[in-house]
Amino acid sequence: MDFRYSDEQLGLQETLQRFIARDYTFEQRRTFMQGAHGYSEAAWQQYAELGLLGLPLPEQYGGLGGSATDVMVVMEQFGRALMLEPYLTCVVLCGGLLRDLASPAQCAQVLPGVCEGKTKLALAAHESRGGYDLAAIATVAQRERSGWVVSGRKHVVLDAPGADLFLVAARTAGSPGDESGISLFLVAKDAAGLVMEPYATQSGSRAADLAFERVTLPAQALIGTAGAALPAIERAVDEACAALCAEALGAAAALNEATLAYLKSRKQFGVPIGMFQALQHRMADMYVAEEQLRSMAIVAAAHAREADAAVRTRTVAAAKAYVGGAARFIGQQAVQLHGGMGVVDEHIVSHYFKRLSMIEMSFGDSDHFLARFSDSLLAASS
Amino acid sequence: MDLNYTPEEEAFRQEIRAFLAAAVPPDVREKVRLGRRLTREDMLGWQRILHARGFGAGTWPQRFGGCGWSVVQQHVFEEECAAACAPPQIPFGLRMVAPVLMAFGSPTQQQYHLPRIIAGEDWWCQGYSEPGAGSDLASLRTGAARGGDHYVVNGQKTWNTLGQYADWIFCLVRTSQEGKAQNGISFLLIDMRTTGISVRPIITVEGEHEINDIFFQDVRVPLANLVGEENKGWTYAKFLLNHERTNNAGVGICKRSLAQLKQLAARQQRGGRPLLENVRFRDRIARLEMELMALEITNLRVLSAFARDNRPPGAEVSALKIKGSELIQDLAELKMHALGMDALPYLREALDPQWQAPALLADHYPPEAPPLTGQYFNQRKTSIYAGSNEIQRNIIAKMILGL
Repeated sequence: MDFRYSDEQLGLQETLQRFIARDYTFEQRRTFMQGAHGYSEAAWQQYAELGLLGLPLPEQYGGLGGSATDVMVVMEQFGRALMLEPYLTCVVLCGGLLRDLASPAQCAQVLPGVCEGKTKLALAAHESRGGYDLAAIATVAQRERSGWVVSGRKHVVLDAPGADLFLVAARTAGSPGDESGISLFLVAKDAAGLVMEPYATQSGSRAADLAFERVTLPAQALIGTAGAALPAIERAVDEACAALCAEALGAAAALNEATLAYLKSRKQFGVPIGMFQALQHRMADMYVAEEQLRSMAIVAAAHAREADAAVRTRTVAAAKAYVGGAARFIGQQAVQLHGGMGVVDEHIVSHYFKRLSMIEMSFGDSDHFLARFSDSLLAASS
Repeated sequence: MDLNYTPEEEAFRQEIRAFLAAAVPPDVREKVRLGRRLTREDMLGWQRILHARGFGAGTWPQRFGGCGWSVVQQHVFEEECAAACAPPQIPFGLRMVAPVLMAFGSPTQQQYHLPRIIAGEDWWCQGYSEPGAGSDLASLRTGAARGGDHYVVNGQKTWNTLGQYADWIFCLVRTSQEGKAQNGISFLLIDMRTTGISVRPIITVEGEHEINDIFFQDVRVPLANLVGEENKGWTYAKFLLNHERTNNAGVGICKRSLAQLKQLAARQQRGGRPLLENVRFRDRIARLEMELMALEITNLRVLSAFARDNRPPGAEVSALKIKGSELIQDLAELKMHALGMDALPYLREALDPQWQAPALLADHYPPEAPPLTGQYFNQRKTSIYAGSNEIQRNIIAKMILGL
């Protein structure tokens, strides 16, 4: 048993920290947010040079074949610096999904471009009527002649505005809620009949609603076997949730550091406010919450690629629900302890708070994952 | 990063499991499983069984007769002991005074006491708190005055756990009024059979006799029973408290408690359906299990860091104490609630292993029920003892956060 990052991982962490100190300060980030897609294309190219974009992807397609814990190292730093680039969606979620589901030819067609920073992917799976349920898909793909025709809508597709290709979940059989009958398609952003409505998210990154109005696809756009994509999508979302736990860890730890520094520097009644026991105990609770959050992020990374789907799902659900709650606690208390400074845009605290809030609600909020974990207890007892 | 046990550790677990399956006396196992009263002999007898097999003191160094286990091995051992319904190892000798003696005791003290502790020959208890010195322990007033070749001890200790069974007590006593309160404290080993010691039971909220007041009236204690240097006792006391708190995560005990809660919830009925099917209740269980998953890893992270850096436990254990104590309380609360109306009868006689439920009660009262209500009340102690959770937050704020 060893809970430390390896020397290699520490090296990666240090590289990222150096990059952030030089090229990704809070002020620089503010200008990145104003960019065309709400992030820095230059930073993305640097991630490619550092090998980050192929980190969890297979070596034969230009990746490094790294583990979920390797990804944890990256995501923790993304959390600390509130990095805006679509690493989670493009590399972890979609890259992982292609790695596990696509044919060698499809991988060879797409993944090298991802690793080199030339191609960005986004996952168009959720539909708002279905809430967080990945099986509640109404978008349909019908076989026509030699290919497919996709019709339907996708909501809050994270990082869609900057994406070149979408992985689109559509129903080739059955009805919304059915676990079988869901297929995955690769769709270019400029496909005829694809309409995008972009908007900003809580944290400043971008998302969009997508409408597919009889979008015609060739036969080879289908990824994996028709009707059998759901388990792979769920697996990829679990891996993304584990990565989000690591990002939450980075943001929460940085927020605790900022709060502690504020308690030591801000003076009222003639003394630093950290002299007051009410605030000391709050800060102590935030420290304990961070330690527990870190443990759960470690657990999530360790099980993100667990072969047994039931174990993976229940473990990641427990981690995501727990991390969501701990991140909410730390976020809200950090704002409270900063007083007015906690609710102004110019201070980084409010930005951490927003990102943590968004992390808690991505792919399912804490209640959603609590329910999933809780229901697994019932299954285990019967 | 690797969360897996090594093949050697897995083999160790199997060895411990096989040992426990054969070694825990069936009657004692049943008492532990059903939360019935354990006798002094049940507990010391178990220590002797462990000692006979060479498992008497897992974390003690081998030169003192211990196993020299790694923190992971000790964690596995405790987990297996809890799962096997083995009685607890009484901590006051093994985990509290023994590490102090190893670090600060004289060779004579080590040679006399350590073998007797590991062999289950002596029962130790703790003399720390006083009526006027609780969280502010350094304000203690029990005095030890030098008189020839001995100290004369006068005063009162309180919240003493299971001192009615004890052969020895380790005490913090005041040997000087000079300077800061912390500077005049010494650490004494006192034979409980010495003239002038009296033990008065304190009955706690659930009606049991677990703790005591201990009175010292002109108690003569040989100078040789001073540990380390006179007036340096506060240093040893803090050292001891950190060792005590390391154990307070209680992951193994929490796991057994959670397993019992789940079994109870699967069996207890509400409206003709298993309680576990009630979403509100099941979600409460799920939250505790999540908390325990996190605590298990936090505990192992902290312990393995100590082992790696080869340093004694530091202030990080305060986080374990807070979380572990809250969790054991919350588990006790839910188990009581799982009983529903059956939590209201309070039958102290039912803690007797020979007790048989009368006919009408037996019809609805589960065999696990008798101790659960009492445990809920009793476990309120866990966030108070060994440094209240508010003191733990003070420690975190000062030692870790630098506030």
